[in-house]
Amino acid sequence: MYQYDEFDRRVVRERVAQFRDQTRRFLAGELSEDEFRVLRLQNGLYIQRHAPMLRVAIPYGVLSSRQLRELAGIARDFDRGYGHFTTRQNIQFNWVELPKVPDILERLAEVDLHAIQTSGNCIRNTTTDVFAGVAADEFVDPRPWCEIIRQWSTLHPEFAFLPRKFKIAVAGSAQDRAATFVHDIGLHMQRNAAGEIGFKVIVGGGLGRTPMIGDVVREFLPAPHLLTYLDAVLRVYNRFGRRDNKYKARIKILVKAMTVAAFAAKVEEEWAHLKDGPATLTAEEIQRVAQAFVVPQYETFTQPDAAFQTALTEVPAFARWVKRNTHLHKQQGYRAAILSLKATGQAPGDLDADRMEKVAEWAQQWSFGEIRVSHEQNLVLPHVAERDLFTLWQAADAVGLAHPNAGLLTDIICCPGGDFCSLANAKSIPVAEAIQHRFADLDYLFDLGDIALNISGCMNACGHHHVGNIGVLGVDKNGEEWYQITLGGHQGPDASLGKVIGPSFARAAMPDVIEKIIQVYVERREPEERFLDTFRRIGIDVFKERVYAKAS
Amino acid sequence: MPKLVRRGIEVEEQFTWVDEINPAEGLPTGAIWVPLVSWLNHHAACLAHSAPVGVYLQPEEDPALLLPTLQQVSAIAVCFPAFHDGRGYSTARLLRERYGYTGELRAVGDIGQDQAYYLAQVGFDSFAPHDETRVAGVLRGLQDFSDGYQSTWARPLPYFLRRHEKP
Repeated sequence: MYQYDEFDRRVVRERVAQFRDQTRRFLAGELSEDEFRVLRLQNGLYIQRHAPMLRVAIPYGVLSSRQLRELAGIARDFDRGYGHFTTRQNIQFNWVELPKVPDILERLAEVDLHAIQTSGNCIRNTTTDVFAGVAADEFVDPRPWCEIIRQWSTLHPEFAFLPRKFKIAVAGSAQDRAATFVHDIGLHMQRNAAGEIGFKVIVGGGLGRTPMIGDVVREFLPAPHLLTYLDAVLRVYNRFGRRDNKYKARIKILVKAMTVAAFAAKVEEEWAHLKDGPATLTAEEIQRVAQAFVVPQYETFTQPDAAFQTALTEVPAFARWVKRNTHLHKQQGYRAAILSLKATGQAPGDLDADRMEKVAEWAQQWSFGEIRVSHEQNLVLPHVAERDLFTLWQAADAVGLAHPNAGLLTDIICCPGGDFCSLANAKSIPVAEAIQHRFADLDYLFDLGDIALNISGCMNACGHHHVGNIGVLGVDKNGEEWYQITLGGHQGPDASLGKVIGPSFARAAMPDVIEKIIQVYVERREPEERFLDTFRRIGIDVFKERVYAKAS
Repeated sequence: MPKLVRRGIEVEEQFTWVDEINPAEGLPTGAIWVPLVSWLNHHAACLAHSAPVGVYLQPEEDPALLLPTLQQVSAIAVCFPAFHDGRGYSTARLLRERYGYTGELRAVGDIGQDQAYYLAQVGFDSFAPHDETRVAGVLRGLQDFSDGYQSTWARPLPYFLRRHEKP
């Protein structure tokens, strides 16, 4: 993991002091509600339905045991004993008190965490593949580049007041587990023929009200030029992005309005002036940051662990968990283990302080003190020896964190929705729960295989419904909560946006509707065919007919 | 005279703000701020003026239009009608870093303590909040951060190039 030095700490401490003073001035009436809103949002503080909500940045989803313990402590001391892991690899506390926020920030700073730019019209936390640095299919580790972007974007003086929020994602493997095509900027790590590292640059993707798949504006950006090129993109956006209508203010609208070719040309023109300037990365700096992501002291396993193999054959529940919830690792004899935060009856992504501490302890014991937060809202222990998996599984199972549903229909991505969020049109958590109850049979779920079901409580799409194989969007119809369904959304190198199936449904009807969709899949699938592939092969009409068929 | 912050100290405004000029009627006496369009359209009259003439830009105005006459302006101001409209930050960097402007560069309008540091980093050296009571806040805000990661006008070398320097 990257370790803060004195400089990194000083930046965070000065930001805490600045925010403490801003809070003081607001409470003293020296700053208006409107003025303070913009300032507090830039520090992740929202005013929600019940209380202020504080979003804490987890840079590219990487946490240490020490940091997770502190988050548990904050949940206990300042919240109601739990936190909510978000679809952008961050954590939110839903019940904080405004005057105490500076104290929370101070506690966070002690473990090198902060809430800088977790909201507001600025550059947000950079996200990446949850398996970065350990995935067997990775060609370049994206984490050093995420850290370089984190430093560059932190309190960037030119880009604190952009037309709208700005999200960057980096992927280091062909699988693109970072949803780079639906970010303002998506970066795909590449190697050119000469073996040099660089990026394919995708601009103008995004979800929200006007979902779009991003376009490639540069096929290969040599790595040393990363920051000057980002400066150029951001400057073009800052100067020319629309500011008259917040629904048309994202960079995707600018790119479409200008055309991709004209936008790319404008960026190149701007970049020509910045290229090779002082922000050009040096080999020394790249090396310095890369060294922070040292390969842990893995043990060498020359043959499969016998006890692990035995457990796989003798304990079917364990075997099932290993199959669904562990991911292949670069290092022989190791796996990345997914701890599901999607057990039925718990809000997706929520975790209480006691269990945060347990996870921190397991990470320390079996995963070199490191935890990842996935954008699917689960936790991952990135380096677990196969030898230790059974013990970890038992410990996780004892506290309800070994639900073997990673990637299955019940591994629902879900925003906090109308239960918490003041922007929501409809609740999302009860819908997730009702669907999880309907599909409680694990054998059946296993048989269905990979299905991404994503739920958002409003157009802002925090639940990424557009890229769910099945997407659910809460809508308001004359003051009532209804749900619109999209099918065929997908994140990845062949990303696609879901298509609306038809008129929306009442909440009570949702489990039945999802069941009908699944029935069509089960009837029509070919052997080993995933839901998405069946959908792409047979099209939406078959599903539509079944879902809207009159009862006979 | 309205108060403002100039090169780190509180001073009084010496210029008169002018919405538009009509050379036939003559220019107002003394130092004046004129809009970019007046400067461009009545350039000779502005140059003939007996006192300094500064030019102010709106957020959407392209600073490149000033390039041919940049050496003739007495000062440049960039307007911030709303503090959350960040276009002026890019305007300042272009004027300073690309066009090589070295004279006074003023941020004017809805700015205060919480913008001062960022404004100074991108190239502003004077600050005229529309609300005069914010002047003291601007002076405090300039001190909010002691350093930063990025390459800026005020600190051209990013931190990674200065990391090994002794403080």
